[in-house]
Amino acid sequence: MPIGTPFHERTEEHCKNKDWKDWAGFFTANSYNVVNDFEYFAFRHSAGLIDITPLFKYKITGADSGSFLSRLMTKDISKLRLNQATYCCWCDNRGMVVDDGTVMRLEENEYFVTAADPSYSWFNRFVKTSDVTIEDVTETMCGLAIQGPTSRDILKKMCDADLDNLKFFWTTKAKVDGADFFISRTGYTGDLGYEVWTENENAIKLFDAIWAAGKGYNIRMAGIAALDVARIEAGLVMNGVDYHSSLHALTPAQMSTPYELGLGWTVNLERDSFMGQKALKKEKKEGSKWATVGLDINWPELEEIFNEHNLAPHTAAGAWRDSIPVYHRDDVTRQIGYATSGTWSPAVKKNIAMATIEAAYAKPGTKVNFEVTVEHQRRTVSAIVEKPQFFNPERKRSNPKK
Amino acid sequence: MAKKYDAIIIGGGHNGLICAAYLAKAGKDVLVLEKRHIVGGAAVTEEIYPGFKFSVCSYVVSLFRPHIVRELNLAQHGYDIIPMDSSFQPLHNDVGLCRWGDGARSRREIARFSKHDSEVYGEFGKVMTHMARLAKEVIDHPAPDVASINPKELASLLRMGKVFKNLGPEMLQMNTKLLTMSSADFLDLWFESEVLKGPMAVSGVIGTFLGVRSPGTAYVLLHHYMGELDGAFRSWGFSKGGTGGVSDACASAARSYGVEIRTEVAVSHVKIVNGKAKGVVLANGDEIESKIVISNLDPNRTYLKMIGENNLDADITTEIKRFKMRGSSGKVNFALSGLPQFCKGREGDEYMRGDIAIVPNVDYLEKAYDQAKYGEFSERPFINIVIPSLTDPTLAPPGKHVMSCFVQYAPFDIKEGPEHWPQLSEKFGDAVQATIKEYVPDFDSLVLHRQVVTPWDMQETFGLTEGNIFQGELTLEQLLFQRPIAGYAKYKTPIDGLWMCGSGTHPGGGIMGSGGELSAKTILNDKAI
Repeated sequence: MPIGTPFHERTEEHCKNKDWKDWAGFFTANSYNVVNDFEYFAFRHSAGLIDITPLFKYKITGADSGSFLSRLMTKDISKLRLNQATYCCWCDNRGMVVDDGTVMRLEENEYFVTAADPSYSWFNRFVKTSDVTIEDVTETMCGLAIQGPTSRDILKKMCDADLDNLKFFWTTKAKVDGADFFISRTGYTGDLGYEVWTENENAIKLFDAIWAAGKGYNIRMAGIAALDVARIEAGLVMNGVDYHSSLHALTPAQMSTPYELGLGWTVNLERDSFMGQKALKKEKKEGSKWATVGLDINWPELEEIFNEHNLAPHTAAGAWRDSIPVYHRDDVTRQIGYATSGTWSPAVKKNIAMATIEAAYAKPGTKVNFEVTVEHQRRTVSAIVEKPQFFNPERKRSNPKK
Repeated sequence: MAKKYDAIIIGGGHNGLICAAYLAKAGKDVLVLEKRHIVGGAAVTEEIYPGFKFSVCSYVVSLFRPHIVRELNLAQHGYDIIPMDSSFQPLHNDVGLCRWGDGARSRREIARFSKHDSEVYGEFGKVMTHMARLAKEVIDHPAPDVASINPKELASLLRMGKVFKNLGPEMLQMNTKLLTMSSADFLDLWFESEVLKGPMAVSGVIGTFLGVRSPGTAYVLLHHYMGELDGAFRSWGFSKGGTGGVSDACASAARSYGVEIRTEVAVSHVKIVNGKAKGVVLANGDEIESKIVISNLDPNRTYLKMIGENNLDADITTEIKRFKMRGSSGKVNFALSGLPQFCKGREGDEYMRGDIAIVPNVDYLEKAYDQAKYGEFSERPFINIVIPSLTDPTLAPPGKHVMSCFVQYAPFDIKEGPEHWPQLSEKFGDAVQATIKEYVPDFDSLVLHRQVVTPWDMQETFGLTEGNIFQGELTLEQLLFQRPIAGYAKYKTPIDGLWMCGSGTHPGGGIMGSGGELSAKTILNDKAI
């Protein structure tokens, strides 16, 4: 039975359609209204507010915390500067991904880590020195993501943090009505956006301050359904959807390496030893078996199939998370991969999907066949392999010009 | 020696830009000349009052062709449409009627006026959407010439016939009714509530000098079910940053293919030598040479000003002069210090995020038309209001709003004479403001600035002859192989090497892009350059 987050009394007021989901044991709005496109559009044209409290959250403290995290993560966390944040993943000793998340350096010897799965025991088993403490703050801290082009203006209005100079993947401390919180310029929408974090007792104060400041900037509550569309456009993989943690996978075939997930850029290979390093070095040298790609699914061909049934073409509302076969361009009996999630992308006006595909077919521009079901019949249409990131606006990384 | 272009396009409206982009994509050397300081024609965003960005003329997008977006990569160039969810009709002493994307919610709203209508409403939408597929077939191809026995024309007719055939007998009958009836009569076949029929009927007469009880207006209702946004047939949306955003995306795409765009360059006429277009003569007397010239201007301006009567047969001149322009609408745009409340009985502002239609019933519309028939603007006009800054806060300072009002009827041929519109402009603005005040009593106190665009302004500033927003009425006799005139409906003109690409060509007006696309494809198919 899920429980409410510290923001629940507010999100409940907004959630008109009672469309609640269980996200890691917390009630989370999947959408706030029957027609929920506008939650997505808020991310792209104004600001969407999402309760992200259910993320697992850890505070890692102590003089050795930096080197400890470096041993654990694919990225060399010891290079992380004070107030900097980074996205990375962590692997088991086979180089298989356990989870992915964000690491922020809040103090000289204090790090804040977010994860999709419970990770305390996984982290804790690698503590070898006494000067590392892992604290699970999942149930004592809460977070909101505010994402979209007007998110900076809204936060500037509600606190005195220097947001004009806060760069992409950096953090800053702030106060609202006497309460401390911190802001990270991070998110899961691929747009300009921030995540704000605080102790549970400050939740309502923080929420109300953001909401009040957001009036006039078209701030809207946004649910997981809208977030899913945005993150697929941005090419961001999701644990449990596009890949499975090696801790939960039942067979090796269900596991993935960072390279296979397109997260090779988060791997700092040449350094002191870290979990999975040996296997990843080998993979880097020998090549990966799979790759994560974006698919641009041919619309005129899909339209033609609908036409055969005297129907106008249409797609599912919002994003989907089914496994859909991907076939060879010349041979529709030869499966070369599978799509894991997809959506019609309002931002790039394409019907897109994220897919796991044999590495040989991963080059952008490669033509493949994609299975579609129209009027109960299975057919294929062509699709072009692209990088997973379809949408990447300049505002995501830029700062206001002085 | 001065440069000679493959093609010069007169007028940088969205169709001109799209035509240019397609030609340049095919490797042609193209120059676009725009008289004003910005491109876009009637699809422009201008900061009329500091900090407030107005979609001065055209204000919503629906029919823009998705394949053009795809073929020209417009999304990459900033083409960005935000859908509208609701359609609200305020009423005196009532919470009014709001139709939503949420079907059950709409049903309950309509049931307050008629239980029957509330249930038929969804069915009506289904039938119209189905028939819209037919219309799509028509607008996405050049109009076949019914008088021709050219095999290509016949094949094109056959293809269209097949779509008709597949509709089935019931739909075909419905289609015939749709093509011949008035929008009010057609809606009577389905609905009983005069309140519901008001805002629905009006979509049949937008931009025409006809009333909702004039025959032939029903089929325009289809336009409201033809829009394709985001991979689905759905209705209307706002362009991010105002409708100028669409034009800017088209211009950016055109430039990316190598098109040269010059603004503040007015063309005097087309240079015609031995019946062939050789380039253009600018207002300052300069000449620019090109292999072909394409006019994005309306048929009236193209034939009578760019070509000139001296270069035309008398019967063609007569026909063009008969081509009905007769603008019937105006725009009034407001900069507001706060959000008006169109309905005290409704919570929040969700109901105002789509369009707000001041049209309490069908009779109201017909009365508004009655005045216009005799050369007056309607004292209590139909007003279609949108407040896009609610959805796109970048259009106005925080907490403040831009409000766009499309107003009908405002006949170009006002009884004092069209040249007297500038003196009547404020009186017209006052009538609109007084109409709004009937629903928003404190409206005056919110107004920071008012911009009135009369049909005369549309002609003088935006080059739309007689202020017709579609470059010529969208009535059956002026469509398909008769747009603008029979014999020259395929983007050609009587002048060799002079083509047309604007809304005055098939398939007509609205921000569709089809004229630009189909003209370019016809030019390339004909190997004209």
